[in-house]
Amino acid sequence: MTSSSTRDLVSQPYKYGFVTEIETEKIAKGLSEDVVRLISTKKGEPEFLLDFRLRAFRHWLTLSEPDWAALGYPRIDYQDIVYYAAPKQQEKKASLDEVDPKLLETFDKLGIPLSEQKRLSNVAVDAVFDSVSIATTYKEKLAEHGVVFCSFTEAVQEHPDLIERYLGSVVPSGDNYFAALNSAVFSDGSFVYIPKGVECPMELSTYFRINSGDTGQFERTLIVAEEGASVSYLEGCTAPMFDTNQLHAAVVELVALDDASIKYSTVQNWYAGDENGKGGIYNFVTKRGQCRGARSRISWTQVETGSAITWKYPSCVLQGADSVGEFYSVALTNNRQQADTGTKMVHLGPRTRSTIVSKGISAGSSSNSYRGLVQMGSLAKGARNYSQCDSMLIGDQAAANTYPYIRSQQPQAAIEHEASTCRISEDQLFYLQSRGIGFEEAVSMMVSGFCRDVFNQLPMEFAAEADKLLALKLEGSVG
Amino acid sequence: MIRPDAELLLDITDLHAAVEDQPILKGVNLQVRAGEVHAVMGRNGSGKSTLSKVLAGHPAYRVTGGSVRYRGDDLLELEPEQRARLGVFLGFQYPVEIPGVSNLEFLRVATNTRRVAQGQEELDTFEFEDHVRERLKVVQMDPAFLERSVNEGFSGGEKKRNEILQMALLEPVMAILDETDSGLDIDALRVVAAGVNQLAGDHNATVLITHYQRLLDEITPDFVHVMAAGRILRTGGRELAQELEQTGYDWVDQELAVQGVA
Repeated sequence: MTSSSTRDLVSQPYKYGFVTEIETEKIAKGLSEDVVRLISTKKGEPEFLLDFRLRAFRHWLTLSEPDWAALGYPRIDYQDIVYYAAPKQQEKKASLDEVDPKLLETFDKLGIPLSEQKRLSNVAVDAVFDSVSIATTYKEKLAEHGVVFCSFTEAVQEHPDLIERYLGSVVPSGDNYFAALNSAVFSDGSFVYIPKGVECPMELSTYFRINSGDTGQFERTLIVAEEGASVSYLEGCTAPMFDTNQLHAAVVELVALDDASIKYSTVQNWYAGDENGKGGIYNFVTKRGQCRGARSRISWTQVETGSAITWKYPSCVLQGADSVGEFYSVALTNNRQQADTGTKMVHLGPRTRSTIVSKGISAGSSSNSYRGLVQMGSLAKGARNYSQCDSMLIGDQAAANTYPYIRSQQPQAAIEHEASTCRISEDQLFYLQSRGIGFEEAVSMMVSGFCRDVFNQLPMEFAAEADKLLALKLEGSVG
Repeated sequence: MIRPDAELLLDITDLHAAVEDQPILKGVNLQVRAGEVHAVMGRNGSGKSTLSKVLAGHPAYRVTGGSVRYRGDDLLELEPEQRARLGVFLGFQYPVEIPGVSNLEFLRVATNTRRVAQGQEELDTFEFEDHVRERLKVVQMDPAFLERSVNEGFSGGEKKRNEILQMALLEPVMAILDETDSGLDIDALRVVAAGVNQLAGDHNATVLITHYQRLLDEITPDFVHVMAAGRILRTGGRELAQELEQTGYDWVDQELAVQGVA
């Protein structure tokens, strides 16, 4: 590919970069024990939660920011961030009619209509705007099946016992620097509880929107599937274009009991910064699922296209015998984006199985690293892992790296790792063009062919979206 | 079939082209009318393949002089995909493999872009399946190839059949087949040649680029051109190919020496 066409290819405007003009209640910048207490007070939290936050905060003070990832960015000033911002509106939203129309309009523009008439018929949505959840659809219908799907804040009020039992049980408050920070200051997020034997009747989805320029987003998601329950959950994310960086440090915890199954899909499209690397989200996320029960299954599918920096390793702790962990990932980096992403599969139980399929696409001057750990504990007799990590380079300025870590304490465990790197060649593009297929469509055909194994794992409603999103990310005027 | 009043499809005048500043074509002149079959012969490095790549618009080849008109339009102004949509087809000597892209999907998208350019309706997946199965017969290809990635793991002969299948689907006006015979055994060669013959008609034309006479035993050319040192050195009828078969290319060197080019 000629270098000029490569450069054009990667210059695609970000269509979700608008800012919603809305009055916001913000607390002052900075982080201290008082700020942690203030957030907890604002949310009227029970004692155990304040204790959880304070423990996390005190521990965080003793930690230092990790520097082992293949990422370069200026030091983050944690005192220069607003830790709580909420659009001003009536406290209690009895119905959607009471939600500020500007917020509904914002989500409309993002393609997530919330109002009764327009919302997606088979997907329940929790919409999070800066630090708070503004609406959750289909709550009543889900409640008929005993399924709880609500904002985290609401869950703390209405299901404190479940929160106390499960919060921090998969990602302890002191797990790592960013998880500790999140545990101290998290503001909202989603809570899902699927009772014993229930197959969730619809897709659940949370849509995260950062709107403020100086606010960090620290959300918390907790999904619990009891014995024999199953659920498919999807999260989406966008943010306006600012020329400063915003910090996003989320924690997601999944718990699957005996025979339960959780499928968690992410389409991440945070603002990635401009072509010179100015602005964009710093995405430092801890996601972990615990297959606590026998024969349980947790599957992560992620399509990572946004953020200036991505630091994210959705993992599975395979504790129950015969439990299954899966990780399917497409990470696309462009311009000056940097991604260090992968997974950890920790096999503890006997005959546990895991599959890792990672597809990294690097364009522009970006850097895209896969980092993954496969660990076989001493009791993981007969456990198996299969990993496949493929990288695709577009142009000659991008970098791709693969860092697989393998640790085994169990001689009767099998680990397989395959890796490949390819480049979209001028001759391949010319071949498709010489059959009448335009340059951009040719690139997107090849990229989507490369990603097919992963897209096949997405819920059907979103697979086509993901395909389009990648095409959009790579689209540009071709000279 | 030669008809002097047939439409002039391709008009190449004094064409010069270079790869990485290395001049390859040094003044090619060629006219192709509807209904004609031309053979361009010559040794390796004579510029035959470069000519085909330039006509199809490969970005690595830079035109440094001359002109190419296709049905009256400036062909060199057009992007490769625009040329294809207007009916210019290049059958590749070495078709590339494109992992992950399904052959069926690729053929459908390509066929539909050409159909749209001709003002025809696009075919949906079901209609296209029927259409492509019909066309598979032209090259006696196994439908199983449709399910695989484009050219991936195809043998040399299978790749060439896939090229002719694409030609059958795109129904080009001006087909340029670059060494379609190379790497084929005699049976495959016959199948491919029969396909080309079947697709040839009054309204289209074919340029065969080849090394050997044997393809021309199967497809009878109206004109034979001998290329050397980036130019067409001699043009004749089909007897010129037979002459080459007997005498080889040694006379080319003598002629170039006389002209002071070699």
